[in-house]
Amino acid sequence: MQPSPIIKMEQVVKRFPGALAVDHVDFEVGRGEVHALLGENGAGKTTLMNVLYGIHRPDSGKIFVNGREVSIRSPKDAITLRIGMVHQNFRLVESHTVCENILLGLKNLPTILKLKTAEKEIEELSKQYDLPVDPRARIWQLSMGERQRVEILKILYRGADILILDEPTSVLTPLESKHLFDFLRKMAAEGKSVIFITHKLDEVMAVSDRATVLRAGRVVGKVATSTTSKPDLATLMVGRKVLFTYERRGEASASPVLEVRDLQVLNDKGLPALKGTSLTVHAHEILGIAGVAGNGQKELAESITGLRDVSSGQVIIEGNNVSGRNAKYMIEHGVAYVPEDRINVGAPQSLSIAENLVLRTYRYEPFSKGLLLEKREIGSNAEKLISEFNIVTSSRDAITRTLSGGNLQKLILARELSGRPKLIVALYPTRGVDVGATEYVRELLLKQREGGAGILLISEDLEEILSLSDRIAVLYEGQIMGVIPAESANMEELGLMMGGALKKAA
Amino acid sequence: MTAIDTAFAVSLLAHAIQAGTPLLLATVGEIYSERSGVLNLGLEGIMIMGALTAFLVSFRTGDIALAIVAAAIVGALLSLIHAFLSITLKANQIVSGLAISIFGLGVSGFLGRPLIGQIATKLQSTPIPLLQDIPVLGPILFSGDVLIYFSVIVSLVLWFVLFRTRFGLNIRSVGENPSMADSLGVNVDLTRYVCVLVGGALGGLGGAYLSIVYTPLWIEGMTAGRGWIAIALTIFAVWNPLGAILGAYLFGGVIALQFRLQAIGIGTETPQLLLMLPYFVTIGTLVLMSSATLRKRVGVPAALGNPYVRGE
Ligand SMILES: Nc1ncnc2c1ncn2[C@@H]1O[C@H](COP(=O)(O)OP(=O)(O)O)[C@@H](O)[C@H]1O
Ligand SMILES: [Mg+2]
Repeated sequence: MQPSPIIKMEQVVKRFPGALAVDHVDFEVGRGEVHALLGENGAGKTTLMNVLYGIHRPDSGKIFVNGREVSIRSPKDAITLRIGMVHQNFRLVESHTVCENILLGLKNLPTILKLKTAEKEIEELSKQYDLPVDPRARIWQLSMGERQRVEILKILYRGADILILDEPTSVLTPLESKHLFDFLRKMAAEGKSVIFITHKLDEVMAVSDRATVLRAGRVVGKVATSTTSKPDLATLMVGRKVLFTYERRGEASASPVLEVRDLQVLNDKGLPALKGTSLTVHAHEILGIAGVAGNGQKELAESITGLRDVSSGQVIIEGNNVSGRNAKYMIEHGVAYVPEDRINVGAPQSLSIAENLVLRTYRYEPFSKGLLLEKREIGSNAEKLISEFNIVTSSRDAITRTLSGGNLQKLILARELSGRPKLIVALYPTRGVDVGATEYVRELLLKQREGGAGILLISEDLEEILSLSDRIAVLYEGQIMGVIPAESANMEELGLMMGGALKKAA
Repeated sequence: MTAIDTAFAVSLLAHAIQAGTPLLLATVGEIYSERSGVLNLGLEGIMIMGALTAFLVSFRTGDIALAIVAAAIVGALLSLIHAFLSITLKANQIVSGLAISIFGLGVSGFLGRPLIGQIATKLQSTPIPLLQDIPVLGPILFSGDVLIYFSVIVSLVLWFVLFRTRFGLNIRSVGENPSMADSLGVNVDLTRYVCVLVGGALGGLGGAYLSIVYTPLWIEGMTAGRGWIAIALTIFAVWNPLGAILGAYLFGGVIALQFRLQAIGIGTETPQLLLMLPYFVTIGTLVLMSSATLRKRVGVPAALGNPYVRGE
């Protein structure tokens, strides 16, 4: 039986400058169902749901809730209609308590807060739905999984019947994900509706009743989960039979470019992030680091590139112990870094594109002579790299802030890779980058491998890791759970290792 | 302890509270402004204008209550300029604040010239019946003037508002993560305006205390850097009105002590040394605050100094 639709979106269009994010989409969710919204990065999933949640106004189209046409102008309107959304980036005030975060912005909040009462109510709610979290804890003390539970409780506390979760598993361990799925099924069983945004096929199969597939802003399929299969969904989602098969040409060499021995490093809070990590990257090789973000990935990348102090252990590049050296030394010795945070770390936003492109090399000839910069050289270098790396921009003197995410990533790659690095440390290089640029970035990394560079590829995207790497190491709580050749790796085994449930001798 | 020792201690502490009161008023005001995310470096100018206004009104009309209210209004009006520049026009808060300080010092110097050396009506003490008779504590705590009592009560009330009410939750959220507060329906700009105006009014009152209670004379530049000390105390108090009470009286004590020492001939050449103490303590606090964990623990307003532009 078809469940009666509680949400119905008709011919919704949302255009951004330079992108038609949502293109005449029809979308329907039934009462008491878990509905997956499937699509690749940039397919328009978040935008569509932001329209439903009142963050974006649609350019055209209609929205019906419970059969009644509504106009949702702000999240407040959405909440009144009992729609709640958990964003991919949590919206929590870090220094406030869980309880304060849940109360913030609530209408009918009494002038003098009844914190004790609210804490009790939240505690009960958290028991009722098996979402354990201490209402008195402060957000900054909580893990990502706990923060997500706070976001969900925030919605439930406001009495939402329709829950939207934007890629909720991206911050969870496999075990936490399973827990979340159980919760979602329970919600559905109670008659609530869940919209579950994901680009992971397994998750669609595991938790949803039905799925709507988006590609490039358009609906390309609506299926009942029970009558579909993973390959069918993949074909719908990508629009062609095979997704991202890359060819690794040439064998990895036997000479190590990077050796990390027994590395111990602290995180920003002063707690151990790497607890005796060892690994090796050879020339002509991509070593993939799989794992849930927050298990030491960032600290690993930063200690190899000279951005973070090493407590003990060694970082050896081409036989020289370089641990404790600074970033300038690493740059001079052929280490390139593609950072996670493109905007704050990767490229100063208010410099011009040409300036950003020489940030690695401006100290040296021909870009500077004595104390002065050579504008002409910097300009022609920019022209060359902009065309070589297909950076779409109005001019080389444009301010970097004007670049789109994919082009910003190309800019960083152009800068980092133009010096023929021996070792490339890439931290989530395709996170948040659109499909075209993702493909481009991956091909670029393979080209560098072919040219002889050793690459440490840190990514959360298992498909990316599996399709690019020669070998795969799994990082869990600052330790390597094992290293497997890519040919013999499978998702299940990696998943177990990422969750800390399986350890293989290296 | 001999009777003389006790009498000395009592008068020293009573003086400390008097000297601390203008600091307390200004600090609690700045705490509100900064908790909402607006750094107000105009405090020195606001205080001196408050001092001038209160003196002028009291001198002309002899009406002390009117003088106090007028000082608060002038403080609020000056901070309104800062609010308009930094909240509505998204201007740089440091530049705008410094401009107001320089403006206030200059204008008060000019307008106050004819008043130099004049004496205005002074706010008299209002000892609290019964409580003032408690030995030792009575003369220190319960024999002051209404502004002293007001400053303590207002600090306690503002603490309660900040940490126990809906409006306080809005303020702290706006100073911490304005875009999120906005998305939850909190009016970011309005909240900031209210806080900055409250801060300015309290700064004006702090100035008034100087010119009609503490030294009921008009002296050019009579705030003598107290606005800056209050900004330092805001940090020392870790943005908490209760901490402000402690900090203000502590530095009031330093000022009182410095007077006594000078009176007996110690430190006559170097009174500045003691007055530097607040800044040393503030630098110490800043060093402590450099730990990210501690910053989150005490709730340093993360968006302090940043204009909020929707959708950025
Ligand atoms: N605020 C925005 N301004 C401009 N373009 C945007 C904005 N948000 C999303 N886009 C663009 O809209 C498209 C869809 O993005 P999004 O909805 O985030 O995709 P998904 O969530 O499926 O990964 C992308 O091309 C993205 O670059
Ligand atoms: Mg998205």
